[in-house]
Amino acid sequence: MLKKCMAVINLDENEDMIRELTQNRLLASVPIAGRYRIIDFVLSNLSNAGVENVGIFSKMECRSLTDHIGDGRPWDLNRRTEGIRVFNFSTLEPRIDDVFSFANNIEYFERSAQDYLLLTSSYMICNIDFNDVLNYHKQSGNDITIVYKHVDDADDNFFLCEMLDIGEDGKIEGVGRNIGKENEADICMEMYLMKKSLFVEILAECVTTGRFRKIKNAIYSMLDRYNVGTYEYKGYLRCINSLQAYYKASMELLNPRVYKELFLDERPIYTKTTTEVPAKYLEGNMVKNSIIGNGSLIKGTVRNSILFRKVQVGAGATVSNCIIFQGAVIGDGCKLTNIIADKYVEIEPGKELKGDKDMPFVVPKRRDLIKEV
Amino acid sequence: MRKREVVAMILAGGQGSRLGVLTQNIAKPAVPFGGRYRIIDFTLSNCSNSGIYTVGVLTQYMPMELHTHIGVGSPWDLDRLNGGVFILPPHQKASGANWYQGTADAVYQNIPFIDAYNPDVVLILSGDHIYKMNYNKMIAFHKDKGARCTIAVTDVPLSEASRFGIMNTNEDMSIYEFEEKPRHPKSTKASMGIYVFNWALLKEALIEDAANVNSAHDFGKNVIPMLVERGEKLYAYPFRGYWKDVGTIESLWEANMDLLSENDELNIEDSTWRIYSSAPVKPAQYLGGAARITNSIITDGCEVYGEVIHSILSTNVKVEKNAKIIDSVIMPDAYIGENVIINKAIIGSNAIIRKNSIVGDGKNVTAIGLYEEVKAGMVAN
Repeated sequence: MLKKCMAVINLDENEDMIRELTQNRLLASVPIAGRYRIIDFVLSNLSNAGVENVGIFSKMECRSLTDHIGDGRPWDLNRRTEGIRVFNFSTLEPRIDDVFSFANNIEYFERSAQDYLLLTSSYMICNIDFNDVLNYHKQSGNDITIVYKHVDDADDNFFLCEMLDIGEDGKIEGVGRNIGKENEADICMEMYLMKKSLFVEILAECVTTGRFRKIKNAIYSMLDRYNVGTYEYKGYLRCINSLQAYYKASMELLNPRVYKELFLDERPIYTKTTTEVPAKYLEGNMVKNSIIGNGSLIKGTVRNSILFRKVQVGAGATVSNCIIFQGAVIGDGCKLTNIIADKYVEIEPGKELKGDKDMPFVVPKRRDLIKEV
Repeated sequence: MRKREVVAMILAGGQGSRLGVLTQNIAKPAVPFGGRYRIIDFTLSNCSNSGIYTVGVLTQYMPMELHTHIGVGSPWDLDRLNGGVFILPPHQKASGANWYQGTADAVYQNIPFIDAYNPDVVLILSGDHIYKMNYNKMIAFHKDKGARCTIAVTDVPLSEASRFGIMNTNEDMSIYEFEEKPRHPKSTKASMGIYVFNWALLKEALIEDAANVNSAHDFGKNVIPMLVERGEKLYAYPFRGYWKDVGTIESLWEANMDLLSENDELNIEDSTWRIYSSAPVKPAQYLGGAARITNSIITDGCEVYGEVIHSILSTNVKVEKNAKIIDSVIMPDAYIGENVIINKAIIGSNAIIRKNSIVGDGKNVTAIGLYEEVKAGMVAN
């Protein structure tokens, strides 16, 4: 168990390419897979590994996130000592960098009793055993271990993700960015494991020299000085760094084989639960190859789609290749294709909306597509 | 301890033997219901929604799952700083150790618990009824009438009245006679087994009943008739709305099927009177390309590749392809293999129905027990 390791979830993630869904929320709290939020995956991975001290370094627009996290109970992180904490980057300036924010909360790092620190992002969707990472780190003699996955679809996925240049000895020689030129790549999962004391040391150097505003850039520039090794993760991985990646990864989950790689019985993914009733399928419905949330009421046709909680699909309506967030009402006879509808959207009966397979059309939160009277 | 106006005591210790295989290893109140609930969730949610936060749950028969389910009571907001939910099993005393002999004895043995909160009234509830009820209205009625004890009654058809405990009342709803399962019923007001007592009266009556060696120590059979005989001020509180005692396999099946009916009177969707439960977190349900669902209820964690008609699938049920489920209730974590036909049955939690087998004949309700396995190609009716 990872009682000796604390975790820092760094939400200084680039949201520029998924603005449509991050207008009112952080990328970490974007709904995914019918009932989860993006951050549930990393939180569950940490909880399943026995980590009991988690600090989330958030930034603006974190109402939705703090609402979701609460006291951390869904992930068993409501501990008497330590447990889960949310630190705000900034209430005004969205582009304050992580070094500033970590340094401002140096007391948190100093006071934490753990020897090791895992710095991680939230948008890497995976089911990883962090115990194995720590065991590997300890026996490898690395100063810093970075988790990566070797992929052969980098021309299709992981666009703009960091790419590691790994030497023969497994040490990192350089870090670049995937621009989709080649299909093989070692994708950096932005998970860094090190001694807490080393983290504090690097942080102090960032502050005193003023050379780095992001801690990972400091690490990448110290490849000569420290022993920076790698741990290869072999399970399912997607990076949700753009709307296209989000849509593509979501649609992949409709494949039961992919789905089972992510939702393992032995390492469950937890989320905040609600008290929704089960979903109800009424006369005339036709649901194929879809994920449906509790509380939904379905009279129409749903194909290759993900419906979150409490979605109503009217009689004669057809929903294909769509992602419909919580609380949407889709009127009778509507025809939706390649649509992402944010929470509480209402769509007038008979409306036809169509996006593209590569460019889904997003209906923003609480938008009522109903004729003005 | 701080005084409480109301303390609720939920009777949850009975064996529920009429549920047969479904209560072989589990107390009746813990039997799954309606996809993601257990029977006791309705009573606990009613307490919570009524603002009654001091609740004793009297358990005895096969309590492990029930205790686990209730835990500290957080799903019902019953994990309170003062009060909350308390599990009250039989216990050893200086005078000796006794099982709960009957419903009245169970409460009698916990007089110190109730005394600690010094309540004005005590609400006696059953843990095995499906209904939504605002107990405050009943307590207000009780106070209004100046009653010493109030019994909730529901109107049943005259033809069925002889199956119930019937209250015969005057015009002002005061009770002048109580008849247990009368052959020739005079009224259709059936007792729902829900009582409001002034604590002083109840305590005295329980002590008196405990001393009576001929008593079965049961509220319906002994305590209420004794109070009627004594001429105490007893009133009947007429409850209107859905109420079902799910004491038999048939009635449990019916109550589940009621959720699918078009004029579902229970209305569990009602957001102003939520039914809470403690359910494990499972991924959202997945319906495969060959799945066909007609007029059914399906819950988190289910994976369906077959056909489901007018049925209820509880949490984490897997239905393989070409399986056909008709008019049935599938409890949590059950597995339904390929080409299986299930017609009018209740399949217990974690049961495994292997491929090509047939369960149920569409006439009487067939029940398959918890963890039971129906082997490939078998017929179980």
